[in-house]
Amino acid sequence: MNTIYALSTARGKAGVAVIRISGSDVERVARTICGGVPEPRRASLRVLRDETGERLDEALVLYFPDTASFTGEPILELQLHGSVAVVSAVLACLSGFDGLRVAEAGEFTRRALTNERLDLTQVEALADLIESETEAQRRQALRVLSGDLGRRASWWRASLVRAVALLEATIDFSDEDIPQDVSADVVALIVPVIDDLSGQIAGAGVAERIRDGFEVAIVGPPNIGKSTLLNALAGREAAITSEYAGTTRDVIEVRMDLNGLPVTLLDTAGLRETEDAVEIIGISRAKDRASLADIRVFLTVDGVAPVDLFQDGDIVFKGKGDLLGAEAESISGLTGLGVEALVEKIAALLEVRAAGAGLAIRARHKDSMRRGLLALDEVRCALSSEDASVDLVAEDLHSAVRALDSLVGRMDIESVLDEIFASFCLGK
Amino acid sequence: MKHFDVIVIGGGHAGVEAAHAAARMGVSTALVTLSWRDIGVMSCNPAIGGLGKGHLVREIDAFDGLMGRVADQAGIQFRLLNRRKGPAVQGPRAQADRKLYRDAMQHEMTRQENLSLIEGEAADFLMASDCVTGILLADGSTITAKAVILTTGTFLRGVIHIGDKSRPGGRMGDPPSIRLAARIESFDLPRGRLKTGTPPRLDGKSINWEGLDLQPPDDDPVMFSFLSNKPVACQVSCGITHTNERTHDIIRDNLGRSAMYGGYIDGTGPRYCPSIEDKIVRFSDKTSHQIFLEPESLYDDLIYPNGISTSLPESVQTEYVHSIKGLEEARIVQPGYAIEYDYVDPRALTQFLSVKDIGGLFLAGQINGTTGYEEAAAQGLVAGINAAQYVKDEEAIRFSRTESYIGVMIDDLTTRGVSEPYRMFTSRAEFRLSLRADNADQRLTALAIELGCVSEERKNHFQAKLERLTAARTRLEEMSFTPKDLQSAGFGVNQDGARRNGLQILAFPNAAFDDLIALDPELKNVGDDIRTQLKNDATYANYIARQARDVDTLRRDEAHAIPLDFDFGAIQGLSNELKTKLVIARPQDLAQAARIDGMTPAALTLILARLRQGKRSRSA
Repeated sequence: MNTIYALSTARGKAGVAVIRISGSDVERVARTICGGVPEPRRASLRVLRDETGERLDEALVLYFPDTASFTGEPILELQLHGSVAVVSAVLACLSGFDGLRVAEAGEFTRRALTNERLDLTQVEALADLIESETEAQRRQALRVLSGDLGRRASWWRASLVRAVALLEATIDFSDEDIPQDVSADVVALIVPVIDDLSGQIAGAGVAERIRDGFEVAIVGPPNIGKSTLLNALAGREAAITSEYAGTTRDVIEVRMDLNGLPVTLLDTAGLRETEDAVEIIGISRAKDRASLADIRVFLTVDGVAPVDLFQDGDIVFKGKGDLLGAEAESISGLTGLGVEALVEKIAALLEVRAAGAGLAIRARHKDSMRRGLLALDEVRCALSSEDASVDLVAEDLHSAVRALDSLVGRMDIESVLDEIFASFCLGK
Repeated sequence: MKHFDVIVIGGGHAGVEAAHAAARMGVSTALVTLSWRDIGVMSCNPAIGGLGKGHLVREIDAFDGLMGRVADQAGIQFRLLNRRKGPAVQGPRAQADRKLYRDAMQHEMTRQENLSLIEGEAADFLMASDCVTGILLADGSTITAKAVILTTGTFLRGVIHIGDKSRPGGRMGDPPSIRLAARIESFDLPRGRLKTGTPPRLDGKSINWEGLDLQPPDDDPVMFSFLSNKPVACQVSCGITHTNERTHDIIRDNLGRSAMYGGYIDGTGPRYCPSIEDKIVRFSDKTSHQIFLEPESLYDDLIYPNGISTSLPESVQTEYVHSIKGLEEARIVQPGYAIEYDYVDPRALTQFLSVKDIGGLFLAGQINGTTGYEEAAAQGLVAGINAAQYVKDEEAIRFSRTESYIGVMIDDLTTRGVSEPYRMFTSRAEFRLSLRADNADQRLTALAIELGCVSEERKNHFQAKLERLTAARTRLEEMSFTPKDLQSAGFGVNQDGARRNGLQILAFPNAAFDDLIALDPELKNVGDDIRTQLKNDATYANYIARQARDVDTLRRDEAHAIPLDFDFGAIQGLSNELKTKLVIARPQDLAQAARIDGMTPAALTLILARLRQGKRSRSA
């Protein structure tokens, strides 16, 4: 079993951030980063340093031996200063340890259960939390992957599937009419991926593209007061408002602190039938972004949200409440009617979802890319040597693909076979 | 009324292996087949083994099954595929003489204790509520049994197509069993439709062999069975010829008359065994395709032209065959045909190949959506062993992905189902480096001995080999050399100060066992087979150690068995979508559940918690 780690506090900003590490390698990690294994179950103040001795943070550190821990494995808990930079640096340092990996959602609980540290009622109570954490991570990942990184990842995937298919074809169909040596082709496929991965890891690329915290999209027909509401929430003129319908044509983002939670508000183009080409693009973007957001706030005429966008937990208001005479469930950015209720509702919903998801996703992706790169480099070296054994090369390539699967998706044998049969005429 | 512990219906590759395995395990077994002479018939190409398939044969042999030793008796051209690649991906293959194969198989079947052969047509099952309790034969007699294994291949709604002509039937010449098929339909098991094809068979005397390339057998033949040393039959070559543009024109001009392209067939065919029509349509830029002319027997002149399976009308088959070099005058003895049939979705089966909702009924072979003799035989083995365990009221035997290709296949079938006829490839086995043909006995024979399904001869042979292997391995492990020692002995080693033992030295890509003899002359007494084995183990040791964690995790999940009546619906916190998927798939352990599409760690945790609770309340 690997030793796993994760950011386990809900808030990305401010206060304290807690990182938990669980597994047999915990003591080794403690000796490196805290300069020794702390006294069990006592809070100790330690300076955390990475493997090169660089100072990361001063933190409160707790060590629980396997007999007295939540998971039934040794646990190290790091209570850090809650800044994004500190948390990222510590996560990056942990990913450098051999045998450590980022925990899957729910994995700590799973281990606790396996080691008989939890009963069913406890698990069921935690289940919702894990499920929402999983969901939050999935959303974050989707958001990341629908952008530039996503396009890269699908290109990596295509190259790797092809590379695996070429190697496997020479193994499983060697008695058929196929090329005997595919080394050069495989190298040509993986070298660009290696270069791109190195660039991604070295540059700030990923880090900049992923935002922490939540996304809340404001959705509704044109001229219902979405931008006015956004401005009211943001307290500044972030979106252009006018009395003409269709003013907002792109997605406007405003980052803010909502009751201490890091939230990005999205103001989207009004949804309506239109022939204006630019507006059509705006509307389709609005729909895409809105469906990926954590919560959608619908401003409606009649209190009914469009079924194609509504998801469980979303918020529905009647817009332009100032004109409705303080009707219940209505809101107005202009007069501030219902705005406070909205903020409370959003905060309440987001409290239960894990805000660390963005950071966790970033750490996981970086970790994946690093391990994928190492394995691909081994493949490249092996292929350039004379006595490369294809079964071992294939194994390294499979490790690379497995390492990258949180980015490129799981590559099962069927996708490889599809590629093989599409490329070669096989079968006697 | 006769009674047996186990009845096997069907005498194909799954049937014989199932019946023989059950009988080896000491339960009284009857094999019911239409005709005694059908036992051991190879209805498709006359070859056994290959990549992935050769691994299956070795594993069957490790359980003292039949296929390996019978193929060794019948082999007329042994070739080790991937001989120059790593041992993990080498696959033994042989052209097998049809007559010798059938004779050897029938001989093995008749001399096995506890095994009766009954000629007759199984017409129906005897049922007691939802349990199969025996069979009714077409002549009206009945046989009762505690377990029945059905291995009837393509008999469910089987249709044979030659061009635009079609007729119901399983294999060429066999009548379909309509009543039994109706009974199976009444079980309401999920099913799908598949197809497969064969090429026309040619008269070798009418082939002009002059000027054709030949593929000779290996000089150093590698056998299937751990008990065999060398071929029995004399070794021959296969011929090689090619299609040409004229062949392709003829086929293209007549595509509309092909059963497959004329719209007469809906079943899904295997992509790795396409008809010649398929090859020409899908790879239209290829101007030539290779054909292997495989002799079917030393005792007749029948040739199996591997590479041109077809469902074109007979006259077109003759025309395109005659357009091929060497086949200008070839006489077609039996036309090629396509066969379409229903298979039972193997997700309706347990990992032991019993039907989840019917007591005492096991399915094995092509009926489960697989193709190939080896895949069928391996399932026969699994069903035979588990039927015997069921009869004896002993624990069912689970084949793990971490331990065998058989386990990979059973897990793939019962967890993922099939979308085309399932064939084994080495790339399906994620732990391919440890699941090698060379160590099949070390992986499985100890279990086989424990189950009581191996002969005394096999047991002694295995234990003697294991002793020699262990002694040699211990000796290597006890060696210890500094980098300096090794350098002076001629090894190019990093001067890293680390001492190395014999196995670690053997792990160097360019180190051979002979090099170790220079360091320890006593090692010259180690036999060749043991030397090869140790070298293979050393080659992969580092990789296998790296995979140990994955293997461990998988085994841990496999150890959490989920009972068939487990109520997934009652788990709080599971999404409805997942609940539905779980109820349909009814995974039998946590590893299977984890392989269901869309499964989350949270959901697995909940299932595990519920399992724990169930166990506690039962033991309380």
